[in-house]
Amino acid sequence: MTLSQRLKETDWIDVILWLFRAVIIILIVVGIVRKLFFGAGVAYSTKDWLDFITSGLSQGGLYALIALGYTMVYGVLFMINFAHGEFFMSGAMTSAILVGATLDSTGFLDSQPLISIILLIFVSVLTSMVVALLTERIAYRPLRRAPRLVPLITAIGASFFWQNLFRGFFGSAVKPYPVPESLEGRVNIMGFDFLKVRIVVLIASIIALIALYLFVQKTRTGKAIRAVAEDKDVATLMGIDVDRTIAITFAVGAFMAGIAAVLWGMTFKQVNFTMGFVPGIKAFTAAVLGGIGSIPGAALGGFFLGLIEAVGPPLILEGLNLPGVHQLKDVIAFTLLVLVLIFRPQGILGEKMAEKKA
Amino acid sequence: MSILELDNVHAYYGKIHALKGVSLRVEQGEIVTLIGGNGAGKTTTLRTICALMRPTVGSVIFEGEDLSRYKPSALASRGIAMVPEGRGVFAKMTVLENLEMGAFHRKDKEIDADIERIYDLFPRLRERRTQLAGTMSGGEQQMLAMGRAMMSRPHLLLLDEPSMGLAPVLVEAIFSTIVDINKQGTTVLLVEQNALMSLEIANRGYVLQTGEIVLSDDARALKQNEMIQKVYLGIE
Ligand SMILES: Nc1ncnc2c1ncn2[C@@H]1O[C@H](COP(=O)(O)OP(=O)(O)OP(=O)(O)O)[C@@H](O)[C@H]1O
Ligand SMILES: [Mg+2]
Repeated sequence: MTLSQRLKETDWIDVILWLFRAVIIILIVVGIVRKLFFGAGVAYSTKDWLDFITSGLSQGGLYALIALGYTMVYGVLFMINFAHGEFFMSGAMTSAILVGATLDSTGFLDSQPLISIILLIFVSVLTSMVVALLTERIAYRPLRRAPRLVPLITAIGASFFWQNLFRGFFGSAVKPYPVPESLEGRVNIMGFDFLKVRIVVLIASIIALIALYLFVQKTRTGKAIRAVAEDKDVATLMGIDVDRTIAITFAVGAFMAGIAAVLWGMTFKQVNFTMGFVPGIKAFTAAVLGGIGSIPGAALGGFFLGLIEAVGPPLILEGLNLPGVHQLKDVIAFTLLVLVLIFRPQGILGEKMAEKKA
Repeated sequence: MSILELDNVHAYYGKIHALKGVSLRVEQGEIVTLIGGNGAGKTTTLRTICALMRPTVGSVIFEGEDLSRYKPSALASRGIAMVPEGRGVFAKMTVLENLEMGAFHRKDKEIDADIERIYDLFPRLRERRTQLAGTMSGGEQQMLAMGRAMMSRPHLLLLDEPSMGLAPVLVEAIFSTIVDINKQGTTVLLVEQNALMSLEIANRGYVLQTGEIVLSDDARALKQNEMIQKVYLGIE
Protein backbone atom coordinates (compact mmCIF):
# COMPACT_ATOMS: atom_id res chain seq x y z
CA MET A 1 0.00 0.00 0.00
CA THR A 2 1.37 3.38 -0.94
CA LEU A 3 1.49 6.23 1.49
CA SER A 4 -1.15 8.25 -0.36
CA GLN A 5 -3.56 5.30 -0.29
CA ARG A 6 -2.96 4.85 3.38
CA LEU A 7 -3.59 8.54 4.01
CA LYS A 8 -6.84 8.37 2.08
CA GLU A 9 -8.10 5.48 4.15
CA THR A 10 -7.35 7.11 7.44
CA ASP A 11 -10.41 8.44 9.17
CA TRP A 12 -9.31 11.88 10.36
CA ILE A 13 -12.00 12.10 12.99
CA ASP A 14 -10.54 8.97 14.57
CA VAL A 15 -7.08 10.44 14.50
CA ILE A 16 -8.28 13.62 16.18
CA LEU A 17 -10.11 11.61 18.82
CA TRP A 18 -7.00 9.56 19.50
CA LEU A 19 -4.91 12.70 19.83
CA PHE A 20 -7.53 14.14 22.15
CA ARG A 21 -7.40 11.02 24.29
CA ALA A 22 -3.61 11.13 24.39
CA VAL A 23 -3.58 14.80 25.42
CA ILE A 24 -6.01 14.12 28.26
CA ILE A 25 -4.05 11.16 29.54
CA ILE A 26 -0.81 13.12 29.36
CA LEU A 27 -2.36 16.05 31.25
CA ILE A 28 -3.63 13.71 33.98
CA VAL A 29 -0.30 11.94 34.32
CA VAL A 30 1.71 15.15 34.29
CA GLY A 31 -0.61 16.70 36.88
CA ILE A 32 -0.36 13.75 39.23
CA VAL A 33 3.39 13.36 38.86
CA ARG A 34 4.07 17.06 39.41
CA LYS A 35 1.79 17.07 42.44
CA LEU A 36 3.11 13.94 44.11
CA PHE A 37 6.79 14.06 43.24
CA PHE A 38 7.57 17.71 42.69
CA GLY A 39 5.25 19.21 45.29
CA ALA A 40 3.37 21.52 42.97
CA GLY A 41 0.64 23.66 44.54
CA VAL A 42 -0.41 23.58 48.20
CA ALA A 43 1.19 21.01 50.50
CA TYR A 44 -1.64 18.93 51.95
CA SER A 45 -1.40 16.83 55.09
CA THR A 46 -2.59 13.24 55.32
CA LYS A 47 -5.65 14.52 57.14
CA ASP A 48 -6.43 16.83 54.22
CA TRP A 49 -6.18 13.96 51.76
CA LEU A 50 -8.39 11.76 53.94
CA ASP A 51 -10.91 14.60 54.04
CA PHE A 52 -10.85 14.89 50.27
CA ILE A 53 -11.42 11.17 49.92
CA THR A 54 -14.18 10.81 52.53
CA SER A 55 -15.98 13.92 51.29
CA GLY A 56 -15.67 12.61 47.78
CA LEU A 57 -17.03 9.19 48.64
CA SER A 58 -19.89 10.49 50.73
CA GLN A 59 -20.75 13.01 48.03
CA GLY A 60 -20.54 10.12 45.60
CA GLY A 61 -22.99 8.12 47.69
CA LEU A 62 -25.46 10.99 47.36
CA TYR A 63 -24.95 11.14 43.60
CA ALA A 64 -25.45 7.38 43.46
CA LEU A 65 -28.73 7.54 45.36
CA ILE A 66 -30.09 10.22 43.04
CA ALA A 67 -28.64 8.56 39.95
CA LEU A 68 -30.71 5.44 40.62
CA GLY A 69 -33.87 7.34 39.78
CA TYR A 70 -32.50 8.36 36.40
CA THR A 71 -31.20 4.94 35.60
CA MET A 72 -34.29 2.97 36.69
CA VAL A 73 -36.72 5.21 34.84
CA TYR A 74 -34.48 5.04 31.80
CA GLY A 75 -34.49 1.27 32.20
CA VAL A 76 -38.25 0.98 31.89
CA LEU A 77 -39.11 3.93 29.65
CA PHE A 78 -35.89 4.85 27.77
CA MET A 79 -36.56 8.37 28.86
CA ILE A 80 -34.37 10.82 30.75
CA ASN A 81 -36.56 12.14 33.54
CA PHE A 82 -35.16 15.63 33.89
CA ALA A 83 -37.67 16.39 36.64
CA HIS A 84 -35.95 13.90 38.94
CA GLY A 85 -33.88 16.64 40.58
CA GLU A 86 -37.16 18.26 41.65
CA PHE A 87 -38.29 15.04 43.35
CA PHE A 88 -35.12 15.38 45.41
CA MET A 89 -35.69 19.10 46.06
CA SER A 90 -39.31 18.58 47.13
CA GLY A 91 -38.25 16.06 49.78
CA ALA A 92 -35.44 18.23 51.09
CA MET A 93 -37.53 21.41 51.36
CA THR A 94 -40.63 19.82 52.80
CA SER A 95 -38.76 17.87 55.45
CA ALA A 96 -36.65 20.89 56.40
CA ILE A 97 -39.45 23.40 56.65
CA LEU A 98 -42.46 21.35 57.66
CA VAL A 99 -40.87 19.23 60.37
CA GLY A 100 -37.18 20.14 60.61
CA ALA A 101 -37.76 23.66 61.86
CA THR A 102 -40.09 22.43 64.64
CA LEU A 103 -37.75 19.62 65.62
CA ASP A 104 -34.98 22.14 65.93
CA SER A 105 -36.84 24.81 67.87
CA THR A 106 -38.30 22.34 70.39
CA GLY A 107 -34.91 20.81 71.05
CA PHE A 108 -36.21 17.38 70.05
CA LEU A 109 -33.61 17.23 67.29
CA ASP A 110 -30.70 17.17 69.70
CA SER A 111 -32.35 15.07 72.42
CA GLN A 112 -33.65 12.39 70.03
CA PRO A 113 -31.42 12.59 66.94
CA LEU A 114 -32.23 9.13 65.63
CA ILE A 115 -36.00 9.53 65.84
CA SER A 116 -35.66 12.99 64.33
CA ILE A 117 -33.69 11.71 61.36
CA ILE A 118 -36.18 8.89 60.80
CA LEU A 119 -38.98 11.45 60.91
CA LEU A 120 -37.18 13.72 58.45
CA ILE A 121 -36.54 10.82 56.09
CA PHE A 122 -40.16 9.70 56.35
CA VAL A 123 -41.50 13.12 55.38
CA SER A 124 -38.90 13.61 52.68
CA VAL A 125 -39.44 10.23 51.08
CA LEU A 126 -43.20 10.60 51.19
CA THR A 127 -43.08 14.02 49.53
CA SER A 128 -40.68 12.89 46.84
CA MET A 129 -42.81 9.86 46.06
CA VAL A 130 -46.04 11.85 45.83
CA VAL A 131 -44.39 14.40 43.55
CA ALA A 132 -42.94 11.62 41.39
CA LEU A 133 -46.22 9.72 41.12
CA LEU A 134 -48.14 12.87 40.20
CA THR A 135 -45.54 13.77 37.58
CA GLU A 136 -45.64 10.28 36.09
CA ARG A 137 -49.42 10.07 36.04
CA ILE A 138 -50.18 13.55 34.77
CA ALA A 139 -47.20 14.55 32.67
CA TYR A 140 -45.64 11.33 31.34
CA ARG A 141 -48.20 8.54 31.11
CA PRO A 142 -50.41 10.28 28.53
CA LEU A 143 -47.29 10.64 26.35
CA ARG A 144 -46.25 6.99 26.39
CA ARG A 145 -46.70 6.67 22.64
CA ALA A 146 -45.46 10.12 21.70
CA PRO A 147 -42.11 10.67 19.94
CA ARG A 148 -39.21 10.65 22.37
CA LEU A 149 -38.54 14.37 22.31
CA VAL A 150 -42.01 15.14 23.65
CA PRO A 151 -41.67 13.61 27.14
CA LEU A 152 -38.20 15.10 27.37
CA ILE A 153 -39.56 18.60 26.88
CA THR A 154 -42.46 17.81 29.20
CA ALA A 155 -39.93 16.78 31.85
CA ILE A 156 -38.28 20.19 31.65
CA GLY A 157 -41.71 21.78 31.95
CA ALA A 158 -42.54 19.61 34.96
CA SER A 159 -39.26 20.65 36.49
CA PHE A 160 -40.13 24.35 36.24
CA PHE A 161 -43.59 23.64 37.56
CA TRP A 162 -42.36 21.96 40.74
CA GLN A 163 -39.64 24.53 41.34
CA ASN A 164 -42.12 27.36 41.20
CA LEU A 165 -44.74 25.51 43.18
CA PHE A 166 -42.28 24.97 46.01
CA ARG A 167 -41.12 28.54 45.78
CA GLY A 168 -44.79 29.44 46.20
CA PHE A 169 -45.11 27.19 49.25
CA PHE A 170 -41.89 27.96 51.05
CA GLY A 171 -40.58 31.19 49.57
CA SER A 172 -37.38 31.79 47.67
CA ALA A 173 -35.06 32.43 50.59
CA VAL A 174 -32.39 29.90 51.54
CA LYS A 175 -33.56 28.03 54.65
CA PRO A 176 -31.43 26.05 57.10
CA TYR A 177 -31.52 22.28 57.21
CA PRO A 178 -31.56 20.98 60.79
CA VAL A 179 -28.56 18.92 61.81
CA PRO A 180 -28.51 17.12 65.18
CA GLU A 181 -25.64 18.28 67.38
CA SER A 182 -24.32 14.75 67.60
CA LEU A 183 -23.57 14.83 63.88
CA GLU A 184 -21.47 18.00 64.11
CA GLY A 185 -17.71 17.92 64.31
CA ARG A 186 -15.29 15.10 63.84
CA VAL A 187 -14.95 11.54 64.93
CA ASN A 188 -11.75 9.61 65.48
CA ILE A 189 -11.51 6.33 63.60
CA MET A 190 -8.28 4.36 63.84
CA GLY A 191 -6.25 7.38 64.72
CA PHE A 192 -7.63 9.65 62.00
CA ASP A 193 -10.19 12.43 62.36
CA PHE A 194 -13.13 12.31 60.00
CA LEU A 195 -16.07 14.66 59.58
CA LYS A 196 -18.92 12.84 61.33
CA VAL A 197 -21.61 13.83 58.90
CA ARG A 198 -19.62 12.62 55.91
CA ILE A 199 -19.07 9.20 57.48
CA VAL A 200 -22.74 8.86 58.45
CA VAL A 201 -23.88 9.88 54.97
CA LEU A 202 -21.46 7.45 53.35
CA ILE A 203 -22.63 4.53 55.47
CA ALA A 204 -26.30 5.41 55.08
CA SER A 205 -26.03 5.67 51.32
CA ILE A 206 -24.21 2.36 51.04
CA ILE A 207 -26.92 0.67 53.11
CA ALA A 208 -29.66 2.24 50.97
CA LEU A 209 -27.90 1.14 47.78
CA ILE A 210 -27.57 -2.45 48.96
CA ALA A 211 -31.20 -2.49 50.09
CA LEU A 212 -32.31 -1.25 46.69
CA TYR A 213 -30.20 -3.82 44.90
CA LEU A 214 -31.74 -6.63 46.95
CA PHE A 215 -35.20 -5.20 46.37
CA VAL A 216 -34.75 -5.23 42.61
CA GLN A 217 -33.08 -8.64 42.54
CA LYS A 218 -35.15 -10.58 45.03
CA THR A 219 -38.65 -9.22 45.45
CA ARG A 220 -41.65 -9.85 43.26
CA THR A 221 -41.99 -6.16 42.51
CA GLY A 222 -38.30 -5.92 41.71
CA LYS A 223 -38.60 -8.76 39.26
CA ALA A 224 -41.60 -7.09 37.65
CA ILE A 225 -39.52 -3.94 37.20
CA ARG A 226 -36.75 -5.93 35.55
CA ALA A 227 -39.23 -7.75 33.32
CA VAL A 228 -40.82 -4.48 32.18
CA ALA A 229 -37.36 -3.07 31.50
CA GLU A 230 -36.58 -6.00 29.22
CA ASP A 231 -39.82 -6.39 27.30
CA LYS A 232 -43.15 -4.75 28.05
CA ASP A 233 -45.25 -7.06 25.88
CA VAL A 234 -43.79 -10.22 27.34
CA ALA A 235 -44.10 -8.75 30.83
CA THR A 236 -47.78 -8.18 30.12
CA LEU A 237 -48.11 -11.79 28.99
CA MET A 238 -46.72 -12.83 32.38
CA GLY A 239 -49.57 -10.96 34.02
CA ILE A 240 -47.58 -7.87 34.98
CA ASP A 241 -49.44 -4.58 34.91
CA VAL A 242 -46.92 -2.49 33.00
CA ASP A 243 -48.36 0.95 33.80
CA ARG A 244 -48.46 0.14 37.48
CA THR A 245 -44.91 -1.18 37.40
CA ILE A 246 -43.67 1.97 35.69
CA ALA A 247 -45.35 4.07 38.38
CA ILE A 248 -43.68 1.92 41.04
CA THR A 249 -40.34 2.46 39.35
CA PHE A 250 -40.79 6.23 39.60
CA ALA A 251 -41.78 5.83 43.25
CA VAL A 252 -38.72 3.72 44.05
CA GLY A 253 -36.42 6.23 42.37
CA ALA A 254 -38.10 9.02 44.30
CA PHE A 255 -37.74 7.01 47.52
CA MET A 256 -33.99 6.97 47.04
CA ALA A 257 -33.99 10.66 46.10
CA GLY A 258 -35.94 11.39 49.28
CA ILE A 259 -33.31 9.66 51.40
CA ALA A 260 -30.58 11.49 49.50
CA ALA A 261 -32.41 14.77 50.16
CA VAL A 262 -32.14 14.40 53.95
CA LEU A 263 -28.51 13.29 53.79
CA TRP A 264 -27.73 16.18 51.44
CA GLY A 265 -29.50 18.60 53.77
CA MET A 266 -27.48 17.42 56.73
CA THR A 267 -24.26 17.71 54.76
CA PHE A 268 -24.79 21.21 53.35
CA LYS A 269 -27.20 22.50 56.01
CA GLN A 270 -29.40 24.51 53.70
CA VAL A 271 -32.27 24.17 51.27
CA ASN A 272 -33.76 26.25 48.50
CA PHE A 273 -36.21 25.71 45.66
CA THR A 274 -33.41 25.65 43.07
CA MET A 275 -31.35 23.07 44.96
CA GLY A 276 -32.46 20.16 42.77
CA PHE A 277 -30.83 21.37 39.60
CA VAL A 278 -27.13 20.82 40.16
CA PRO A 279 -27.43 17.52 42.07
CA GLY A 280 -29.84 16.38 39.36
CA ILE A 281 -27.39 17.11 36.57
CA LYS A 282 -24.51 15.63 38.52
CA ALA A 283 -26.44 12.47 39.28
CA PHE A 284 -27.45 12.24 35.63
CA THR A 285 -23.76 12.50 34.78
CA ALA A 286 -23.07 9.71 37.26
CA ALA A 287 -25.77 7.55 35.69
CA VAL A 288 -24.35 8.08 32.20
CA LEU A 289 -20.85 7.47 33.53
CA GLY A 290 -21.82 4.12 35.01
CA GLY A 291 -23.97 3.15 32.04
CA ILE A 292 -27.50 4.43 32.04
CA GLY A 293 -30.03 1.69 32.67
CA SER A 294 -27.66 -0.24 34.93
CA ILE A 295 -28.24 -0.10 38.68
CA PRO A 296 -24.74 -1.15 39.75
CA GLY A 297 -23.55 1.29 37.09
CA ALA A 298 -25.37 4.18 38.75
CA ALA A 299 -23.78 3.32 42.08
CA LEU A 300 -20.34 3.00 40.58
CA GLY A 301 -20.75 6.17 38.52
CA GLY A 302 -21.89 8.08 41.58
CA PHE A 303 -18.93 7.13 43.74
CA PHE A 304 -16.53 7.64 40.89
CA LEU A 305 -17.86 11.11 40.14
CA GLY A 306 -17.87 12.13 43.81
CA LEU A 307 -14.34 10.93 44.29
CA ILE A 308 -12.92 12.52 41.17
CA GLU A 309 -14.62 15.83 41.96
CA ALA A 310 -13.02 15.87 45.39
CA VAL A 311 -9.59 14.46 44.61
CA GLY A 312 -9.22 15.63 41.02
CA PRO A 313 -8.69 19.32 41.73
CA PRO A 314 -5.94 18.98 44.36
CA LEU A 315 -4.31 15.99 42.72
CA ILE A 316 -4.45 16.72 39.02
CA LEU A 317 -5.33 20.38 38.52
CA GLU A 318 -2.96 21.76 41.12
CA GLY A 319 -0.19 19.72 39.60
CA LEU A 320 -0.91 21.62 36.38
CA ASN A 321 -0.51 24.91 38.22
CA LEU A 322 -4.10 25.98 37.66
CA PRO A 323 -5.38 28.66 40.02
CA GLY A 324 -8.40 28.24 42.34
CA VAL A 325 -8.70 24.55 41.64
CA HIS A 326 -11.38 23.76 44.20
CA GLN A 327 -13.84 25.90 42.31
CA LEU A 328 -13.23 23.73 39.28
CA LYS A 329 -14.93 20.54 40.45
CA ASP A 330 -17.98 21.19 38.30
CA VAL A 331 -15.68 21.60 35.33
CA ILE A 332 -14.27 18.17 36.08
CA ALA A 333 -17.74 16.65 36.36
CA PHE A 334 -18.97 18.00 33.06
CA THR A 335 -15.71 17.41 31.21
CA LEU A 336 -16.08 13.83 32.34
CA LEU A 337 -19.63 13.71 31.00
CA VAL A 338 -18.52 15.00 27.61
CA LEU A 339 -15.59 12.60 27.50
CA VAL A 340 -17.80 9.63 28.33
CA LEU A 341 -20.32 10.62 25.71
CA ILE A 342 -17.56 10.86 23.11
CA PHE A 343 -15.51 7.81 23.97
CA ARG A 344 -17.79 5.39 25.74
CA PRO A 345 -21.45 6.41 25.39
CA GLN A 346 -22.58 3.14 26.98
CA GLY A 347 -20.73 4.07 30.18
CA ILE A 348 -18.64 1.86 32.41
CA LEU A 349 -21.13 -0.98 32.88
CA GLY A 350 -23.72 -0.27 30.21
CA GLU A 351 -24.22 -2.31 27.13
CA LYS A 352 -24.08 -1.03 23.59
CA MET A 353 -27.15 0.91 22.59
CA ALA A 354 -27.60 -0.81 19.25
CA GLU A 355 -30.55 -3.02 20.15
CA LYS A 356 -34.22 -2.13 19.68
CA LYS A 357 -35.02 0.18 22.64
CA ALA A 358 -38.35 2.04 22.92
CA MET B 1 -68.58 -24.60 23.82
CA SER B 2 -65.34 -23.71 22.08
CA ILE B 3 -62.47 -22.64 24.28
CA LEU B 4 -61.63 -19.86 21.83
CA GLU B 5 -63.68 -18.15 19.21
CA LEU B 6 -62.66 -15.26 16.98
CA ASP B 7 -65.54 -13.65 15.16
CA ASN B 8 -64.90 -11.31 12.25
CA VAL B 9 -61.80 -9.79 13.84
CA HIS B 10 -60.29 -6.71 12.19
CA ALA B 11 -57.02 -5.19 13.41
CA TYR B 12 -54.90 -2.29 12.26
CA TYR B 13 -51.37 -0.97 12.69
CA GLY B 14 -52.05 2.68 12.09
CA LYS B 15 -53.44 2.65 8.57
CA ILE B 16 -52.26 -0.89 7.77
CA HIS B 17 -55.23 -3.23 7.78
CA ALA B 18 -53.54 -6.37 9.12
CA LEU B 19 -56.56 -8.56 9.91
CA LYS B 20 -59.57 -8.34 7.62
CA GLY B 21 -62.32 -10.25 9.34
CA VAL B 22 -60.63 -13.31 10.80
CA SER B 23 -62.99 -15.92 12.24
CA LEU B 24 -61.73 -19.10 13.81
CA ARG B 25 -62.56 -21.59 16.52
CA VAL B 26 -60.51 -23.79 18.80
CA GLU B 27 -62.21 -26.61 20.69
CA GLN B 28 -61.22 -27.80 24.13
CA GLY B 29 -58.31 -30.27 23.94
CA GLU B 30 -57.44 -29.65 20.30
CA ILE B 31 -54.25 -28.71 18.55
CA VAL B 32 -55.19 -26.19 15.89
CA THR B 33 -52.63 -24.77 13.54
CA LEU B 34 -52.69 -21.44 11.78
CA ILE B 35 -50.45 -21.42 8.75
CA GLY B 36 -49.55 -18.66 6.34
CA GLY B 37 -46.62 -16.92 4.70
CA ASN B 38 -44.66 -13.90 5.82
CA GLY B 39 -46.84 -10.96 6.72
CA ALA B 40 -50.07 -12.96 6.50
CA GLY B 41 -51.15 -11.75 9.92
CA LYS B 42 -50.42 -14.81 12.07
CA THR B 43 -48.58 -12.92 14.82
CA THR B 44 -51.20 -10.20 14.71
CA THR B 45 -53.92 -12.79 15.27
CA LEU B 46 -52.13 -14.12 18.36
CA ARG B 47 -51.47 -10.62 19.69
CA THR B 48 -55.14 -9.84 19.32
CA ILE B 49 -56.07 -12.98 21.27
CA CYS B 50 -53.68 -11.95 24.10
CA ALA B 51 -55.13 -8.44 24.10
CA LEU B 52 -51.73 -6.96 23.32
CA MET B 53 -53.76 -5.46 20.46
CA ARG B 54 -57.48 -4.86 20.45
CA PRO B 55 -59.67 -5.66 17.46
CA THR B 56 -61.29 -2.59 15.92
CA VAL B 57 -64.21 -4.75 14.82
CA GLY B 58 -65.16 -8.25 15.91
CA SER B 59 -64.76 -10.18 19.11
CA VAL B 60 -62.47 -12.62 20.86
CA ILE B 61 -64.41 -15.04 23.06
CA PHE B 62 -62.46 -17.20 25.48
CA GLU B 63 -64.30 -19.87 27.50
CA GLY B 64 -67.51 -18.04 26.82
CA GLU B 65 -66.28 -14.62 27.92
CA ASP B 66 -65.56 -11.60 25.74
CA LEU B 67 -61.92 -10.71 26.38
CA SER B 68 -62.43 -7.01 25.72
CA ARG B 69 -63.56 -6.77 29.35
CA TYR B 70 -60.13 -7.87 30.58
CA LYS B 71 -56.93 -5.90 31.02
CA PRO B 72 -54.11 -7.44 28.95
CA SER B 73 -52.24 -8.29 32.15
CA ALA B 74 -55.24 -10.23 33.46
CA LEU B 75 -55.17 -12.83 30.72
CA ALA B 76 -52.35 -14.90 32.20
CA SER B 77 -54.42 -15.67 35.27
CA ARG B 78 -57.48 -16.09 33.07
CA GLY B 79 -55.74 -19.06 31.42
CA ILE B 80 -54.03 -17.86 28.23
CA ALA B 81 -50.27 -18.14 27.73
CA MET B 82 -48.22 -17.31 24.67
CA VAL B 83 -44.77 -18.23 23.48
CA PRO B 84 -44.07 -15.14 21.41
CA GLU B 85 -42.36 -14.99 18.05
CA GLY B 86 -38.61 -14.95 18.63
CA ARG B 87 -39.18 -16.58 22.04
CA GLY B 88 -39.10 -13.41 24.14
CA VAL B 89 -37.13 -14.83 27.05
CA PHE B 90 -35.89 -12.31 29.62
CA ALA B 91 -32.27 -12.27 28.51
CA LYS B 92 -30.87 -10.71 31.67
CA MET B 93 -32.66 -13.10 33.99
CA THR B 94 -31.59 -16.61 34.82
CA VAL B 95 -33.42 -19.67 33.55
CA LEU B 96 -34.98 -20.17 36.98
CA GLU B 97 -36.08 -16.53 37.19
CA ASN B 98 -37.66 -16.80 33.76
CA LEU B 99 -39.66 -19.81 34.89
CA GLU B 100 -40.70 -17.97 38.04
CA MET B 101 -41.88 -15.05 35.91
CA GLY B 102 -44.21 -17.48 34.15
CA ALA B 103 -45.89 -18.09 37.50
CA PHE B 104 -45.94 -14.39 38.36
CA HIS B 105 -49.70 -14.18 38.76
CA ARG B 106 -49.96 -17.38 40.79
CA LYS B 107 -50.24 -17.38 44.55
CA ASP B 108 -50.48 -21.14 45.18
CA LYS B 109 -47.88 -23.32 46.83
CA GLU B 110 -47.22 -25.61 43.90
CA ILE B 111 -44.95 -23.32 41.93
CA ASP B 112 -41.77 -25.13 42.96
CA ALA B 113 -43.29 -28.48 42.10
CA ASP B 114 -44.25 -27.12 38.69
CA ILE B 115 -40.71 -25.91 38.11
CA GLU B 116 -39.52 -29.45 38.76
CA ARG B 117 -42.08 -30.70 36.26
CA ILE B 118 -40.76 -28.27 33.64
CA TYR B 119 -37.22 -29.45 34.38
CA ASP B 120 -38.42 -33.02 33.79
CA LEU B 121 -39.96 -31.96 30.49
CA PHE B 122 -36.77 -30.11 29.47
CA PRO B 123 -33.82 -31.61 31.41
CA ARG B 124 -31.53 -29.13 29.65
CA LEU B 125 -33.17 -26.30 31.58
CA ARG B 126 -32.36 -27.96 34.90
CA GLU B 127 -28.66 -28.04 33.99
CA ARG B 128 -28.82 -24.40 33.00
CA ARG B 129 -31.02 -23.05 35.76
CA THR B 130 -28.55 -20.42 36.98
CA GLN B 131 -27.45 -19.36 33.49
CA LEU B 132 -28.63 -16.06 32.03
CA ALA B 133 -31.29 -16.81 29.43
CA GLY B 134 -29.69 -14.46 26.90
CA THR B 135 -26.56 -16.60 26.76
CA MET B 136 -28.38 -19.77 25.77
CA SER B 137 -28.78 -21.25 22.29
CA GLY B 138 -31.90 -20.66 20.24
CA GLY B 139 -33.21 -24.14 20.94
CA GLU B 140 -32.67 -23.80 24.66
CA GLN B 141 -34.39 -20.43 24.63
CA GLN B 142 -37.35 -21.97 22.84
CA MET B 143 -37.59 -24.65 25.53
CA LEU B 144 -37.37 -21.99 28.19
CA ALA B 145 -40.07 -19.88 26.56
CA MET B 146 -42.34 -22.92 26.40
CA GLY B 147 -41.54 -23.93 29.97
CA ARG B 148 -42.21 -20.40 31.14
CA ALA B 149 -45.56 -20.35 29.36
CA MET B 150 -46.50 -23.67 30.98
CA MET B 151 -45.64 -22.24 34.42
CA SER B 152 -48.81 -20.18 34.23
CA ARG B 153 -50.87 -23.39 33.95
CA PRO B 154 -52.67 -22.21 30.84
CA HIS B 155 -55.88 -23.66 29.49
CA LEU B 156 -54.88 -22.38 26.07
CA LEU B 157 -51.29 -22.20 24.85
CA LEU B 158 -50.46 -19.99 21.88
CA LEU B 159 -47.23 -20.76 20.05
CA ASP B 160 -45.81 -18.36 17.47
CA GLU B 161 -43.47 -20.19 15.09
CA PRO B 162 -41.69 -22.37 17.64
CA SER B 163 -39.65 -24.03 14.90
CA MET B 164 -38.18 -20.78 13.61
CA GLY B 165 -34.41 -20.96 13.24
CA LEU B 166 -34.02 -24.40 14.82
CA ALA B 167 -32.18 -27.44 13.48
CA PRO B 168 -34.50 -30.25 12.23
CA VAL B 169 -33.73 -32.54 15.20
CA LEU B 170 -34.67 -29.80 17.62
CA VAL B 171 -37.83 -29.04 15.69
CA GLU B 172 -38.81 -32.71 16.08
CA ALA B 173 -38.19 -32.51 19.81
CA ILE B 174 -40.14 -29.29 20.23
CA PHE B 175 -43.09 -30.64 18.27
CA SER B 176 -43.21 -33.87 20.22
CA THR B 177 -43.21 -31.80 23.42
CA ILE B 178 -46.15 -29.83 22.06
CA VAL B 179 -47.99 -33.12 21.59
CA ASP B 180 -47.12 -34.14 25.16
CA ILE B 181 -48.31 -30.85 26.57
CA ASN B 182 -51.53 -31.22 24.63
CA LYS B 183 -52.06 -34.79 25.85
CA GLN B 184 -51.76 -33.54 29.41
CA GLY B 185 -54.78 -31.34 28.80
CA THR B 186 -53.63 -28.01 27.39
CA THR B 187 -55.35 -26.80 24.26
CA VAL B 188 -52.88 -25.50 21.66
CA LEU B 189 -53.09 -22.91 18.91
CA LEU B 190 -49.94 -23.29 16.86
CA VAL B 191 -48.81 -20.69 14.36
CA GLU B 192 -46.33 -22.01 11.82
CA GLN B 193 -44.80 -21.42 8.44
CA ASN B 194 -43.56 -25.00 8.68
CA ALA B 195 -46.89 -26.41 7.48
CA LEU B 196 -45.56 -29.90 6.99
CA MET B 197 -44.71 -30.39 10.64
CA SER B 198 -47.63 -28.52 12.11
CA LEU B 199 -50.24 -30.34 10.02
CA GLU B 200 -48.62 -33.55 11.20
CA ILE B 201 -49.52 -32.93 14.84
CA ALA B 202 -52.64 -30.76 14.50
CA ASN B 203 -56.26 -31.82 14.50
CA ARG B 204 -57.39 -28.96 12.33
CA GLY B 205 -55.83 -26.08 10.48
CA TYR B 206 -56.57 -22.61 9.14
CA VAL B 207 -54.75 -20.92 6.30
CA LEU B 208 -54.26 -17.19 6.56
CA GLN B 209 -53.39 -14.98 3.59
CA THR B 210 -52.99 -11.21 3.76
CA GLY B 211 -55.22 -10.93 6.79
CA GLU B 212 -57.94 -13.30 5.69
CA ILE B 213 -58.71 -16.96 6.39
CA VAL B 214 -58.75 -18.55 2.95
CA LEU B 215 -59.07 -22.19 3.94
CA SER B 216 -59.91 -24.30 6.96
CA ASP B 217 -60.24 -28.03 7.31
CA ASP B 218 -59.05 -31.16 9.10
CA ALA B 219 -55.29 -31.35 9.15
CA ARG B 220 -55.39 -34.54 7.10
CA ALA B 221 -57.54 -32.95 4.44
CA LEU B 222 -55.36 -29.84 4.33
CA LYS B 223 -52.31 -31.98 3.70
CA GLN B 224 -54.04 -33.39 0.62
CA ASN B 225 -55.18 -29.98 -0.56
CA GLU B 226 -53.57 -28.98 -3.85
CA MET B 227 -53.12 -25.34 -3.01
CA ILE B 228 -51.51 -26.21 0.34
CA GLN B 229 -49.22 -28.73 -1.30
CA LYS B 230 -48.08 -26.17 -3.82
CA VAL B 231 -47.71 -23.10 -1.65
CA TYR B 232 -46.85 -24.41 1.80
CA LEU B 233 -45.51 -27.90 1.39
CA GLY B 234 -43.49 -27.31 -1.73
CA ILE B 235 -44.92 -30.40 -3.44
CA GLU B 236 -45.51 -29.98 -7.16
N1 LIG C 1 -45.60 -3.08 14.41
C1 LIG C 1 -46.11 -3.03 13.16
N2 LIG C 1 -46.31 -1.85 12.55
C2 LIG C 1 -46.84 -1.78 11.31
N3 LIG C 1 -47.17 -2.84 10.61
C3 LIG C 1 -47.01 -4.06 11.13
C4 LIG C 1 -46.45 -4.21 12.46
N4 LIG C 1 -46.40 -5.52 12.73
C5 LIG C 1 -46.88 -6.16 11.64
N5 LIG C 1 -47.25 -5.28 10.69
C6 LIG C 1 -47.84 -5.61 9.38
O1 LIG C 1 -49.00 -6.36 9.57
C7 LIG C 1 -49.06 -7.43 8.67
C8 LIG C 1 -49.17 -8.75 9.42
O2 LIG C 1 -47.99 -8.96 10.18
P1 LIG C 1 -47.77 -10.22 11.11
O3 LIG C 1 -46.56 -9.95 11.92
O4 LIG C 1 -49.01 -10.53 11.84
O5 LIG C 1 -47.46 -11.35 10.05
P2 LIG C 1 -47.00 -12.84 10.28
O6 LIG C 1 -47.99 -13.68 9.58
O7 LIG C 1 -46.79 -13.11 11.70
O8 LIG C 1 -45.64 -12.89 9.47
P3 LIG C 1 -44.27 -13.67 9.80
O9 LIG C 1 -44.47 -15.07 9.33
O10 LIG C 1 -43.27 -12.96 8.98
O11 LIG C 1 -44.03 -13.57 11.26
C9 LIG C 1 -47.81 -7.33 7.82
O12 LIG C 1 -48.16 -6.71 6.63
C10 LIG C 1 -46.89 -6.48 8.59
O13 LIG C 1 -46.07 -5.70 7.74
MG1 LIG D 1 -45.19 -13.59 12.81
